[in-house]
Amino acid sequence: MSLRLLLVFVAWLAGVPASHAQSPEALAALAGLAVDDGDTREAAVTVLGTARDPKWLEVLGALRDGKLYARTQGRATEIVVGGAKTTTGDQELIEIVRAYDRTPLGTVPLASLTEIAADRRLRIAIKPFLDADETRGQLASPDSETRRGAALKLGLQGAAAAEPVVEAALAKETNGAVRHALQEALALIRLAHGDAAVRVLAAQALGNLHSFDAVPALRTLAADTAVSPAERDAATAAIRQIERWSLMIRVLETTFQGASLASILLLMSVGLAIVFGLMGVINMAHGELMALGAYSTFVVQNVFRAQWPAYLDAYFVVALPVSFAVAAAVGVALERGVIRRLYGRPLETLLLTWGASLIIQQALRLWFGAANVDVSSPRWLSGGFTLMTGLTLPFNRIFIIGLAAVSVAGMYWLLFRTNRGLTIRAVTQNRAMSACLGVRAGVVDAVTFGLGAGLAGLAGCALTQVGNVGPSLGQNYIVDSFMVVVTGGVGKLAGTILAAGGIGALNKGIEPALGAVFAKVAILVAVMIFLQRRPAGLFTMRGRNADA
Amino acid sequence: MRTREAWALAVAAVVLVVVLPVLNLLPPSSPLHVSNFTLNLFGKFLTYAILALGLDLLWGYTGVLSLGHGVFFGLGAYAMGMHLMLEIGTQSVYQNALPDFMVWNQVTTLPLFWIPFQSAAFTLVAIVAVPALVGLVFGFLAFRSRIRGVYFSIITQAFALSAWLVFNRNEMNLGGTNGLADFKTIFGFRLSQVSTQRTLYVVTALTLVGAYLLCRWITRSRAGRVLVAIRDSETRVLFSGYAPANYKLFVFVVSAALAGIAGALYVPQVGIITPARMGVLPSIEMVVWVAAGGRGTLLGAIAGAFGVNWMQSWLTTSYPDLWLFFLGALFMGVVLFFPDGVVGAVARASARLRGVGARPSPLLAFGHGGPTAQDPQTPA
Repeated sequence: MSLRLLLVFVAWLAGVPASHAQSPEALAALAGLAVDDGDTREAAVTVLGTARDPKWLEVLGALRDGKLYARTQGRATEIVVGGAKTTTGDQELIEIVRAYDRTPLGTVPLASLTEIAADRRLRIAIKPFLDADETRGQLASPDSETRRGAALKLGLQGAAAAEPVVEAALAKETNGAVRHALQEALALIRLAHGDAAVRVLAAQALGNLHSFDAVPALRTLAADTAVSPAERDAATAAIRQIERWSLMIRVLETTFQGASLASILLLMSVGLAIVFGLMGVINMAHGELMALGAYSTFVVQNVFRAQWPAYLDAYFVVALPVSFAVAAAVGVALERGVIRRLYGRPLETLLLTWGASLIIQQALRLWFGAANVDVSSPRWLSGGFTLMTGLTLPFNRIFIIGLAAVSVAGMYWLLFRTNRGLTIRAVTQNRAMSACLGVRAGVVDAVTFGLGAGLAGLAGCALTQVGNVGPSLGQNYIVDSFMVVVTGGVGKLAGTILAAGGIGALNKGIEPALGAVFAKVAILVAVMIFLQRRPAGLFTMRGRNADA
Repeated sequence: MRTREAWALAVAAVVLVVVLPVLNLLPPSSPLHVSNFTLNLFGKFLTYAILALGLDLLWGYTGVLSLGHGVFFGLGAYAMGMHLMLEIGTQSVYQNALPDFMVWNQVTTLPLFWIPFQSAAFTLVAIVAVPALVGLVFGFLAFRSRIRGVYFSIITQAFALSAWLVFNRNEMNLGGTNGLADFKTIFGFRLSQVSTQRTLYVVTALTLVGAYLLCRWITRSRAGRVLVAIRDSETRVLFSGYAPANYKLFVFVVSAALAGIAGALYVPQVGIITPARMGVLPSIEMVVWVAAGGRGTLLGAIAGAFGVNWMQSWLTTSYPDLWLFFLGALFMGVVLFFPDGVVGAVARASARLRGVGARPSPLLAFGHGGPTAQDPQTPA
């Protein structure tokens, strides 16, 4: 029976007309649909639905969509399904096919037909049949995600009738994730409907599958005194197995989230830290440079959407350098225009850059509006990588971690492997001496500031993939990245990396226990306590210049 | 010169404390009449001026830039607000002895830390003591570990952010985002009455005069000279055998207490206190009052608090989009062109007029030498 059903089903999916075998009840029910009586019509729907014949389900679908008509020819009433409508002169014409064997009946005037309207009650009666059918249909979908979703749904519904369908699908399935979902669905159905021995096996299977969805059902079983001890023990063991697994997943997930937050902080604070080390300048506008990067991404996306819609997915590749360049340009302008006049006076620069940040922020607000703008993820960044059951790592977060790693590696290379890096380090250590030895300190400052600003722009570009883009975007991260700079110590990349990692991990580690707000407070307290031990941060500058 | 300055100050004090309230008493038809609205607005500015004095003491004299003074302002304001909330009693919307927001949040008993605020005397002490204590603990931790310069500013900013986040939470039982509002009476006097508001204004003005005298006394004392020395070179002060951390802690606590008093006077006059008044932005705005008026001069702090806020209340009503541009430009302009603020600029201009060789401000950014030549490595 089940095999035939499946064959019918597959045949129907392929678009081949269904079998012509008619049952008398079905024919009677079909006629019943045209009767002007609610009870009769609902009974007819039930008969057609329970037949589970795809053809009848299609008729039900047509009924729901208002495409089912009754045609009176002489004394007989025939049920037809309406197709495409055309208008000739003032007459509306419609193509019809006979409902029970799909024989095309040509085109007739719409006025000659009576629409069989599906009222609310009828639609409610139709829905479960069509839904169940839809889910089964999805099991054969070419898209593995759709198949997986259908399997999960069938498992949660736990209807005994679905068991053979799931079994058949499992026999054909090759995709690992879908197989997993199908096995889970099968075990869930068996747990709900099998006898004692089957249930024990099902519970064990669910435990091995680490099925989170099964926990409520297993709990009910474990607490059920009416069932055998073996079943209860199996359920309890399975719950324990699942909970151990979920703990591990949570730990891994928190670690990953911590790494992702740390990467954003790192992208933000590397630039800040280098500029602070080099010039003693705390750049309060750093967050706004990040916002500029994010808005550049938005603009690039819109340009692509308008000019080259076919290559929309590629916009992000272009947006990365553009956001770097925009932020770097504004950074250099800021440095050459005003900041360089205030060297050696960090408090004044702090106020100055804060003023600049207010102006940039308000300009963004006036230009792009106060509401968040919509930046869509390119297709190759949406979705995720399923590491194991219950743990999917989103591509966009993996990308951010990668971007931070590449940026920091690039920074290392620049600072320690190039001549420019040598001059940057020289000016950081002793500005006056470097200047005397012929290093053009002003150029070094401008380049470094531009680099730091560009990194902030990159951070903003990356941030569009995980967060909202609004005019006050920068404000959300700026205090955190200052904490990183302060904890890491002045002008040391290693300190910044370590501090970003520590604060990111600590933040995500505390969050589940205390909530986001008190996690932030706890971080501040932790930083204060840490600074009691090491007032100049993790890594301190050594030498005569260090002001003890 | 000294006496002339003192006279000018005395006249200004009399105008603020006596003349304005008396003009308010005149009938509205009189051309000299000062409206209730104006008087109330001035009262608000005066509370800001009290806060600015403390901040100037800390930044202008001692060189310690705090970006978290909104928190101390908020602590004083909330202490006063809590008392006023409890004074409402059953006159509230829900006619419950508990404040409305607690009824709304289904809190059935008064939280423990609210209970002492039923006493007016305790409240008056708490207004000073709570901000001072918080300042003491925070300052002790910060100065003891020699957090200074930009580091200190950043830590205080994080402090402001944390406090803002915490006060926004409903479970703190402090009214959440909406803060405390709908006050009815203060120490038994109805807040809606003009006479109560006028009295509050006079009390605020007198407090400002008191705060000014206190700050003047501190800055003219020996300790005041140590403070300026710390600003100019902390290391040298340390090597001369002083303990800069103790001086800084003292000033920090005084300015925290002044901010708390300012907050407490602000609440009954404005009628509401929310966490938005104690976050990062308001805290740094307070700094620009001092900077614009002229840091390192007490008069400058008061003038700045008045001027910037006057400008703000005008701009935010007439050109709301421009206010942040103006504020940003003010930050940048003051730092670049008027490092000693309006007061300094006026002093220099008048010196030039009188033909005295105007001494260029050591704080000025453009040209003129000054400490720009200093090695930027030294955290100032």
